[in-house]
Amino acid sequence: MDYQLNHLRELESESIFILREVAAQFENPVLMFSGGKDSILMVYLAQKAFYPGKIPFPLLHIDTGHNFDETIAYRDALVEKTGARLVVGSVQEAIDKGMVVEEKGVNASRNGLQTVALLEALEKGKYDAALGGARRDEEKARAKERFFSHRDEFGQWDPKNQRPELWNLFNAKKQFGEHFRVFPISNWTELDVWQYLAMEKVELPSLYYAHKRMVFERDGVLLADCEYIQKKPGEVVKEMMVRCRTIGDMTCTGVWASNATTTEDIIEEVATTRMTERGGRTDDKRSETAMEDRKKKGYF
Amino acid sequence: MDYQSSELCRFTTAGSVDDGKSTLIGRMLYDSKSIFQDQMEQIEASSLRRGESEVNLALLTDGLKSEREQGITIDVAYRYFATPKRKFIIADTPGHIQYTRNMVTGASTANVALVLVDARNGVVEQTRRHAIIASLLQIPHLVVCINKMDLVDYSEDAYEKIKEDFEKFAAKLDVKDVHFIPISALKGDNVVHRSERMDWYDGSTLMYYLENVHIASDYNFIDPRFPVQYVVRPNTDEHHDYRGYAGRIAGGIMKKGDEVMVLPSGFTSKIKKIDSFDGELQEAFPPMSVTVLLEDEIDISRGDMIVRVNNQPEVSQDMDVMISWFNERPLTPRGKYTIMHTTQEARCMVKEIKYRLDINTLHRDLENKEIKMNDIARITLRTTKPLFVDPYRKNRITGSVILVDEGTNETVGAGMII
Repeated sequence: MDYQLNHLRELESESIFILREVAAQFENPVLMFSGGKDSILMVYLAQKAFYPGKIPFPLLHIDTGHNFDETIAYRDALVEKTGARLVVGSVQEAIDKGMVVEEKGVNASRNGLQTVALLEALEKGKYDAALGGARRDEEKARAKERFFSHRDEFGQWDPKNQRPELWNLFNAKKQFGEHFRVFPISNWTELDVWQYLAMEKVELPSLYYAHKRMVFERDGVLLADCEYIQKKPGEVVKEMMVRCRTIGDMTCTGVWASNATTTEDIIEEVATTRMTERGGRTDDKRSETAMEDRKKKGYF
Repeated sequence: MDYQSSELCRFTTAGSVDDGKSTLIGRMLYDSKSIFQDQMEQIEASSLRRGESEVNLALLTDGLKSEREQGITIDVAYRYFATPKRKFIIADTPGHIQYTRNMVTGASTANVALVLVDARNGVVEQTRRHAIIASLLQIPHLVVCINKMDLVDYSEDAYEKIKEDFEKFAAKLDVKDVHFIPISALKGDNVVHRSERMDWYDGSTLMYYLENVHIASDYNFIDPRFPVQYVVRPNTDEHHDYRGYAGRIAGGIMKKGDEVMVLPSGFTSKIKKIDSFDGELQEAFPPMSVTVLLEDEIDISRGDMIVRVNNQPEVSQDMDVMISWFNERPLTPRGKYTIMHTTQEARCMVKEIKYRLDINTLHRDLENKEIKMNDIARITLRTTKPLFVDPYRKNRITGSVILVDEGTNETVGAGMII
């Protein structure tokens, strides 16, 4: 026998180690579930980590109220299948309570409002660790994120004062009222995620595969036509074969012209594509350091 | 599918402020076609705004606002790229003195260390410091990249002189495998593509080296060590009496039926089953995460270690470690800290500071023993309970500890057990 893991198995083992470390070192962790492929991967890895036991923490979904229908259907089926507990935090509720004000205009999005709803939900649930599916290859500010990322009592990230992480040793100590964000799939790339999902034959929401949809173009990005986005004059809606590379709120998730209908097609497409997956995210395009600025305030 | 046979290789880069480290990484990403069009457009626009004439590949790795402003790398940044043979994780660590802790951090998990030398300046203080850290952290492979060859007319003499200087100095270090490659990160010579301007060099390019260096035996496969991380007890009808010990193999090969001993209790048993979500395994090896079940009911919890009866680590409350200090507050002699080792946690006291190591000269300073941020020292620790340790040279996982300040909760030091 050859004692060598392939890169996917090594990443899997690392992520399982982190997930178990969270269950062991924290009292009340929660897994942030967006319905995207990365959080689906996280739930899958958590199933593996605690098998044959159930996942020992709930899933937290921050619902912007502007979801793709497919996301909600998939989420509910997954909860049913794994027996995990689901907690929903609502952006609509935060708006109704007057905690945040909805953005106006054609580029209005509830993406930024999620941070408030998230911090509110974390506080309400008294969670001391929030597991996220962020990856370091996604964006330049995320490249500097730790596995165990310490947040102060305001939920803020201080990138210049992060705890060093060495070997397999993760320091989860904190003061009362502080919490951690933990990112078990930090070292995975988009391609790794797809290769792994293909190898493990994990089923994903239909949005990730090429399908016909009514779309329109804005600033070089294709957006799904829906009631939540105001169209500018001259923006023409047409039917195209498209798929999502990331799934977030409908107002900021770009779709891509694609004919990839299977996971293997997608691997082929991702391996040869010349655009990063967040290239379709209008929320990152607001400024050069848009992600870093949002993260400091407590975004995912 | 070929991606299922691809290996994971982690390497760390170190260099002085202007050695062109970020440029080298940018070059590797660019020439291996790992940079996306929108990233390229972003850095083209940023370079233009900053009034630079050429596209600044360093902007790819300098992610934080303050780094872009100062044009230096402050924190460890992780970068990823893949070739058909391997997936690479780069820990890009700052070279300047005040951030040595990041270099130690990046080095702790690396298979390969790239040390950059400016061909015009030769082996300088920082080169020596980086090599010493690579040696202390026991990075299995060291590559000295002699960069900026374009600025010394691709001269073989310049290369040979640096190589000779480095070898003379490296003889004092504990490094097993050293390679030298003359490159120009800016022009792309010998990074991914073979240089046509250095026909006197018949070695491999940097990328070829990284793709082919033998990393399969970088783990310890000889001494079985299984630190228990988490106890899986489903308590369901189906798995009523299931009691599994979840963890990641830290050393050796564990097989079903092996006679094992549990530390600290000393009870012995046999491995009944090695379990996983994908079914039962006949054997497990590092760095696999598995769940181990034993024949006998023994009280085992997180922090315990499963080992072989005839191959045990040292069980000790006293240990000498080389400590790398990370905090602005100096190490307190006789001070008390929380110590983390594998899945164990205890308190410890610094009993003695033996010497401070000058990481430029390897000189052991027995006089000035104040241990400040970025210092490395040999100290003796006494722990409140026994830890199950191996020398760091034998096993990087069971041989390493971190110290945590009990007041601020910061990770203040990283130690390698001697």
